[in-house]
Amino acid sequence: MSSITGGLADTKQTAASPIRSSLWRQAFRRLRKNKLAMAGLAFIVFMFLVCFFGPLFSPYANNKINPAIMNQAPSFKHWLGTDLLGRDVLTRLLQAGRISLTVGIASMIISVIIGSILGAVAAYYRGIVDQIIMRIADLLLTIPSLPILFILGALLSEWKVPVEYRMYIVMLMLSFVGWPGLARLVRSQMLTIREREYMQAAIVLGLNDRRKLFNHMIPNIVPLLIVISTLSIGGAILSESVLSFFGLGVMPPTPTWGNMIDAANNLIDFEQHPWLWIPPGVAIFTTVIAINIFGDGLRDVLDPKQKK
Amino acid sequence: MAELTIAASEGITPQQNAPLLEVKDLKTYFPIKSGLFNRTVGYVKAVDGISLTLQAGETFGLVGESGSGKSTVGRSIIRLTEKTSGEVLYKGNDLYNMPEKELRHLRPKMQLIFQDPYSSLNPRVRVGDAIGEALLNHGLAPKEETRDRVLDVLQACGLSSYHIDRFPHEFSGGQRQRIGIARALILNPDLIIADEPVSALDVSIQAQIINLFRKLQMTRGLTYLFISHDLSVVEHLCSRIGVMYLGTMMETAPRDELFTHPLHPYTKALLSAVPVPIPRLKRERIVLKGDIPNPANPPAGCKFHTRCPYATDICRQLVPEFRHMGSEHYVACHLV
Amino acid sequence: MKNNVIEIDHLSTYFYTEEGAVKAVNDVSLRIREGETVCIVGESGCGKSVTAMSIMGLVEEPSGKVVDGRIHFEGRDLLRIDKHELRQIRGNDIAMIFQEPMSSLNPVLTIGMQVMEPLMEHQKLSKKEARKRAIELVELVGISRPEQIVDSYPHELSGGMLQRIMIAIAISCNPKLLIADEPTTALDVTIQAQILDMLRQIKEESNTSILLITHDLGVVAEIADYVIVMYSGKIVEEGDVVELFEHPLHPYTQGLLRSKPIIGQRQDELYSIPGQVPNPLELKESCYFYDRCEHCMSICRTQQPVLHSRAGRQKVACWLYEEGVSHG
Repeated sequence: MSSITGGLADTKQTAASPIRSSLWRQAFRRLRKNKLAMAGLAFIVFMFLVCFFGPLFSPYANNKINPAIMNQAPSFKHWLGTDLLGRDVLTRLLQAGRISLTVGIASMIISVIIGSILGAVAAYYRGIVDQIIMRIADLLLTIPSLPILFILGALLSEWKVPVEYRMYIVMLMLSFVGWPGLARLVRSQMLTIREREYMQAAIVLGLNDRRKLFNHMIPNIVPLLIVISTLSIGGAILSESVLSFFGLGVMPPTPTWGNMIDAANNLIDFEQHPWLWIPPGVAIFTTVIAINIFGDGLRDVLDPKQKK
Repeated sequence: MAELTIAASEGITPQQNAPLLEVKDLKTYFPIKSGLFNRTVGYVKAVDGISLTLQAGETFGLVGESGSGKSTVGRSIIRLTEKTSGEVLYKGNDLYNMPEKELRHLRPKMQLIFQDPYSSLNPRVRVGDAIGEALLNHGLAPKEETRDRVLDVLQACGLSSYHIDRFPHEFSGGQRQRIGIARALILNPDLIIADEPVSALDVSIQAQIINLFRKLQMTRGLTYLFISHDLSVVEHLCSRIGVMYLGTMMETAPRDELFTHPLHPYTKALLSAVPVPIPRLKRERIVLKGDIPNPANPPAGCKFHTRCPYATDICRQLVPEFRHMGSEHYVACHLV
Repeated sequence: MKNNVIEIDHLSTYFYTEEGAVKAVNDVSLRIREGETVCIVGESGCGKSVTAMSIMGLVEEPSGKVVDGRIHFEGRDLLRIDKHELRQIRGNDIAMIFQEPMSSLNPVLTIGMQVMEPLMEHQKLSKKEARKRAIELVELVGISRPEQIVDSYPHELSGGMLQRIMIAIAISCNPKLLIADEPTTALDVTIQAQILDMLRQIKEESNTSILLITHDLGVVAEIADYVIVMYSGKIVEEGDVVELFEHPLHPYTQGLLRSKPIIGQRQDELYSIPGQVPNPLELKESCYFYDRCEHCMSICRTQQPVLHSRAGRQKVACWLYEEGVSHG
């Protein structure tokens, strides 16, 4: 938050005002008191560290195929066993985590950018622009997102998109179904704030549009946006997993949690080799739960509707 | 005063001898939309032909019950709500007939103080910023000076200098209203429109804010349009008072005249309905029958005739004129 | 001497927040006699509404809790009877009117249904009888065309009409005690005058006791027989309305009365009580009013004054009136 008089206060009066604390810091202090949310955050951080740095310490990171040790049960050498090509499941699980988390976060960022820009444009210009943007968004929202994703995924396979690009295209696909909800939210929030009495006060003070937008409207939308973005990462991870599970998302050999669970599709693997599909399942489950718990905690401390 | 004239001369040319504010036959209607295609099926006549003139330094009280349109008058004057017809002249210049940019530069001269001190402050903006930002935004003070100006006005409004870095939620209702007043005051306005500024406050705090309004009026020569439903507050602060009912002015008179010789039956009823904290006092009360009619469908003739104990046939048919009764006393009633 | 309808002894209700416990009602005792109107007056946060909620058993756990006290009503302690028994008393022997009539009526039920409900529940009337009685009640509270009104929905009526409907519901079972929590605050003055007249009429005709909660001293003077002044969860002064208004003893009562502008008694500057209500989380063993009080003495900062009887029924909790305390 850039503030002009506040900035002056910083330079002139740092010693004289020890209680000067920003709303963000106050929110963080309250968040720290929420043990469940902090546990969620800790788990997310743990997951990130392990997924991104774990494979560096693994002797099996080269994904070499070794038919001699196919489908081995967990052992000291291979903590989570090996898969049907003799690759180490734990290493692949962590490598898959990199992809799944990256896809989740990247698609969230893209849909937040598209959604907030379109939502803000709709709320600002209103009239015909608003109508066009919101009707498109409504249209996309009326079709359940999974069928759309399936069709898009099937098209990708049809067009023979190279495997290494599929990850990026999956991100775009998830953003494509993710933005309408965000656009609606940003638009309605902007319209609500516009009607707030403090915005009317800004009119009476004769503030210019730039100041109204950047000092009054945006700071009131950002907290909500943070909460929604956090929660939508979980959704994106789930959608990616579903797509990959059906073979329509990221394709092997690039591992993701979704295509690893694909092993459960095979009755023999499902019954005989549970170490192939239980670990990625647990990874998805725990990560998404942790993200949702953390998101709820954020909502409690950031949502402007909640009274102190 | 030098500052005032400089700032005013930037945007507009004040007319010689023109009153500070002149409202002529102001009408503000709100469309009632209904049906599949959002067609306008009627209008709520929130303000239905109000005229008033405020001389510089005057305190005018606008009194009325809910639905009388008193707040809409204030909002239409400063173009927070657009009028339907009529004229609003500020120093002889039509506020509805000037470019957007010019209006924006003129806005600091006419400030509104809101009823709800909770919702009229942005919860994410520090008090110092909220008060000082308009000054900076209009270039009315250099950046280095802003903080001192904010501190001055905080002090004038009974707040302390350490409050400058706090957020609105750290203040009580009375203090927030002081912040709202400070935010308006720092711009050196000519006209302050106060829309029920004390009705959300507790009695002991109310008295503090009323005193503040009075002190500022005396020290700075402000002109107030004070909108309130509470006659006792208006009596305390205002030199001239107008009584509104269903979008129409029923009576205007200098304060003492209005309270000692009210002419309109509605004014009389309103006065007698105000509870007085003297238990032994048993007054003869005029208790009005029925409710305030729906402003979307006001009664024909005199709008008050449905509740007036003295209504006659003429009241049901003819709209009474707003007549001069001597010594600045005007009334719209057939029976006076 | 008339009988007491309700006797409340040492009632304490706390609310539990993140930052600590708030003593919303702190050791409050009061009595209401038959056919008497008692007003609790005070500013927001003084605990006047919570007192009413505690009587009605409306304090919601776990955020709030009645931690101590007794509420004697017809030989029973309302705090120690089971839910079923309390439900029989509520709406029947003790009825309540709230500040916002719009939000206390159910928007999807007709007015008639809502007036009939307690009649069928408590008085065991048949549907037909209840409807007949409902129409009578609606007419009784001064609404014309009652037959049509009972078939309309809350959103079709104005605030003043709805408050009259609330009163009709409240008096439908001839309660012994009517609790009205800021019943006229949301209404216009001319409508307020109507409602106050009606409450007075109910009291005179059916000898109902009324506990009226308000912040408006004007309303108190209009309607009260007996006044209780609360500040920060405690009673600071109480007494018969005329004595209390003419000879207020507690500096807070004095300040409150002086700070209200009165038509025809204009002063250049209104008296105002300096400062503001203390933070309920930071109350210490002291008179809670000491830092706003003109007469503050050293004892006021360290010891809490107790409510003691003065002349007549008037009581005050202030060190100024205690024997053996050095004034100055």
